[in-house]
Order: sequence, then C-alpha cells, then structure tokens
Amino acid sequence: MVQFTLPKNSKPTEGRTFKAEGAKRVKNFRVYRWSPDDDKNPSIDTFEVDLDKCGPMVLDALIKIKNEVDQTLTFRRSCREGICGSCAMNIDGQNTLACTKGIDECKGDVKIYPLPSMGVIKDLVPDLTGFYAQHASIEPWLQTKSPTPEKEWKQSHDDREKLDGLYECILCACCTTSCPSYWWNGDRYLGPATLLQAYRWLADSRDEAKGERLDNLEDPFRLYRCHTIMNCAKTCPKGLNPAKAIAEIKKMMVERQA
Amino acid sequence: MAAPRQVERPLSPHLQIYRFTITMAMSIIHRITGVGLYGGTALLAWWLIALATGPDAYAMFMSVAGSWIGKLVLFGFTWALVNHLLSGLRYFWWDAVLAFEKKTADLISWSAAIGGVLLTVAIWAAAICLRGAL
Repeated sequence: MVQFTLPKNSKPTEGRTFKAEGAKRVKNFRVYRWSPDDDKNPSIDTFEVDLDKCGPMVLDALIKIKNEVDQTLTFRRSCREGICGSCAMNIDGQNTLACTKGIDECKGDVKIYPLPSMGVIKDLVPDLTGFYAQHASIEPWLQTKSPTPEKEWKQSHDDREKLDGLYECILCACCTTSCPSYWWNGDRYLGPATLLQAYRWLADSRDEAKGERLDNLEDPFRLYRCHTIMNCAKTCPKGLNPAKAIAEIKKMMVERQA
Repeated sequence: MAAPRQVERPLSPHLQIYRFTITMAMSIIHRITGVGLYGGTALLAWWLIALATGPDAYAMFMSVAGSWIGKLVLFGFTWALVNHLLSGLRYFWWDAVLAFEKKTADLISWSAAIGGVLLTVAIWAAAICLRGAL
C-alpha cells in the first residue's frame, strides 16, 4: 500500500556530532543509525571527516569513521571495487555502491541511509531476506528438457550477445529498493532486479522453460506493477537497464498470445 | 542461552530521502492527472445534462463555469488532459521497448511536462482569441 510517511518507530531524530579536530578540509557525513539493542528511534549522526586523511570513496570515509571514531558503525562491505554489491546504500539521495561513489561527487554534506523502504537490521544494513526469496522464486538457473549433451550446452556468439547487459547484475538491490512501486507493493511485486534476472533466463537460447517462466510472471503484481518510473535504470551502479528488461518481458507476454 | 530479543525493525526512509527525477515526477503526475480527469469528466457530463435539460439549467452551469473559480478549474482540467495525453504517449514507446536509454527517457519526459504546459496555454490563448474575451 502507498504510505507517504514513515511509521512512528522509524522516524529519524537528530543524533550526535563528532568533530574532526585540527582538520583543514572537512566534509560532513550525515549517517543513519539504528541499533536493535535499545528502544530508541533511528537517528542521524554527523561525522566530520578530514578529507586530507581519507581515501577518495564514500566507503573509505565509512571505514575511516569505523576505525577511528565509532566502532559500532555497522555496514556491509567486501570487495571495494564494485563487483560484490555488498556496500549498496542510499548516498546523496540515490542508491549506489559506497565503494564506487566518489566523495567529491556529493555536493554539501554526504547523506547516507540504508537502502530505502527495507527493514533495518542495524545502521546501514537492510534486511534482504525477501529480496533473495523473490530472486529464488524465478528459478534463476538453466532449465532444459532435451537430453543433456555429452559436452556443454552450446550457444552461438550472437545468442550469447543477447545476454549482455543482463548477466552483469551483481544483485546489490540498488534498483529494487529505488522503485516506488516496490516501496508500496514489495511483498507482491518482484521488483527490477528479480525481473531483470527473469529476463536473463527468458533471453537465453539454451533455456527450454520459457512457457513456464512466463506463466509464473503472468500476474497483476509480480510483473505488471512496473510503471516505467525508470529509477531502476538511473540508479544501477553497473549501468544496466532493468526497466528495459521488464518491457521485453511484457512484450513477450503479448507476443505469445498472438 | 537467552532467547533472542524480539525487535521491531524500523523501515528505512524512502520517499523522504530519495532524489526526485523527471521520470519519477511524471509518473506521479500522470497518476494524479488521471484521477483529476474523472472529476473533469463529471463536469463534462454536467454540461451535457444541463444542455439537454433546458435554458435555466444551462444558465446555471454557465454561471458556475464562467466564474473565476470555474475558469480556474477548467484551466486545470485542460492541463490535466493535455499532460495526461502527452505523458501517456511515452508509454507507447516504452511498450514497444523504445526510448529506454536514460537520456532519451528523460528527454521524452521533459518534453511531455513542458509540452503539456505550453499546449494548455496555447489552447486557452486560442479560445480567448476566438471569443474575443476571457
């Protein structure tokens, strides 16, 4: 359901401020905090960061804060080069990966929130259980009916090219949590990341479960809650276009009825 | 071992913090103008019913529609109609899997937004010219 305001327990309050003594080039990082260990509402803490003693990326600043200022600051991170998708969060009003977002790309204070409209586990860590369950529901693996060949399932270069722009998805959930339709109907609408993956298998020349896959998506909510708002394509840190993949699925639905 | 503490997780901020984009704004405006057109269609029905009922009923309609508030509502109705029409055209392209590049999607959305305002003003300017008065 459409809900414009946050529930009472989710409204952030003004938090603490941590000064950077003696720093010349200071940038304020305004970071969303919430801990399950007390009964307080979320708060926005302000960390002053000395840019002369910090790496160039937002993740560098978060790690610096955790190392030097507040060890309880909690966030996911791993590869620090935009391939694992762990450090997805909302920075400066848009979802992206903290490791590939330059601090200098943010005008004014750097505002950091967890991925939008998700349950918060702690600080910048969202609960992605539902997201992964939705991904599993489209059965993201090769399904075949023909006898298994002795070697590999072959694919022409042209057919392989059809998967470009689809296989690169790292499942960081930036797109899904940027989608207003998903904010309002995330329990029933599959969301851009899962649908891009659904199309990745529909577009695979080797897959033989096209009919079943389309049957599974033929639903007013699972697929058709996409209203081409385009937030997904704009926010994807890998430059993919889930909105277009979803339109391709809608087109396949029409084509199979013809 | 102690039982895990049951916590009520907060919902992370969404609309409050997300930076608006033109495609996002136009999607919302498309929905709102769509709802507004229901009201406009009711006005249109009132006009037709008044026309069929007789001179008194028609005069009554005209006095309401001709008032400043009436004209303002009609102007809004015109804009809602034109904006919804132009904004709706984008979906023709998108259903054909065209205009999905980020820049193209922005371009057609801005065009619909600006075109909607310009066309509304043009329609009213033309109406005023033809009538010779507002």
